[in-house]
Amino acid sequence: MKSESVQAELAAAAPVSEESFLQGVKDCIPTLLGYLSIGFAAGVVEKTAGLSLAEIALISTILYAGSAQFIAAGMIAAGSTATSIIITILLVNLRHLLLSAALSPYFRHLTPLRNLLIGTLLTDETFGVAIQRSANRKAISEKWMHGLNITAYLNWIIANLAGAVLGQWISSPEEWGLDFALPAMFIGLLVLTLISRSRYALDITVGLIAMAVAVGLSILWSPSIGVIAAAVIASTIGAVIEKWK
Amino acid sequence: MEVRLDIFLIILGAALVTFIPRVLPLMLLSRITIPGWGMRWLNYMPIAVMSALIAQELFIDGGRFSALSTNVELIAALPAFWVAVKTRSLLGTVITGVLSLMLLRLVF
Repeated sequence: MKSESVQAELAAAAPVSEESFLQGVKDCIPTLLGYLSIGFAAGVVEKTAGLSLAEIALISTILYAGSAQFIAAGMIAAGSTATSIIITILLVNLRHLLLSAALSPYFRHLTPLRNLLIGTLLTDETFGVAIQRSANRKAISEKWMHGLNITAYLNWIIANLAGAVLGQWISSPEEWGLDFALPAMFIGLLVLTLISRSRYALDITVGLIAMAVAVGLSILWSPSIGVIAAAVIASTIGAVIEKWK
Repeated sequence: MEVRLDIFLIILGAALVTFIPRVLPLMLLSRITIPGWGMRWLNYMPIAVMSALIAQELFIDGGRFSALSTNVELIAALPAFWVAVKTRSLLGTVITGVLSLMLLRLVF
């Protein structure tokens, strides 16, 4: 593999500062504004769903997942049971299995315990930045990854708290369209994922099946069952079609 | 300003089920390999989950199908989709969606 040896040389020739914690912080900066806006909206929605400032600090610090926090806020406000909230969040965040699996080849040089620390703060955004960086490397620097992860983490907590504080004066987030921050983020993430995979025919088929099943079962049964069943059925159909082609 | 016990338990449970998929593959995949069919299946999961969630947000209102003629969320989704495809910017998509819905609600 000629290209691999060239890549290894490139990685070896890179200056030491390229691998530093500070470089990770710098590489996080382009994504900060986007997640600041989503975190802010999450804070407002959590506040208007009835969560206290302390609860918002807790949820953004230990859950640390945008989609899951919007869902938790919505379902808590709707009076859903704890079990259905946790199962829905488990399913929504199962995608982290893939992100974590895709990054694992670049962290083979670390012990499982140190990989645990890398994975704890893994998000869609830090994954996106890290996988771009992996393009001409065989391994990703641990310090660099921590720089990236910790910057994104602090930005998220600050954004949530800012939203929570200002949320006290916003009686209805709907008036400002803020309840649409989550669906819009899903639209953005879906489109970015579709573009990066460039397997449009099969991916869009899976997406449309998931939409149809989700809507159908949400009406006939219940919304949380709808998402679970749609994800399982559509993924299975995608995997079967791929196998048979 | 306090943390209620039921909310604390929901947050803790949600954090745990989020933490495990984040760390497990990174910790184990150098030793265990997921079989091909498992990876193929997992591979479609993000798209299926996101599509299902978008459909639910846009078409379901309180467990019922939202009437298409009064569905401002569905209309606001169109410029958001367009901006996502054109700019590939998450921030642009979120701001476009939020502003579109705000304006639509002012008008209708």
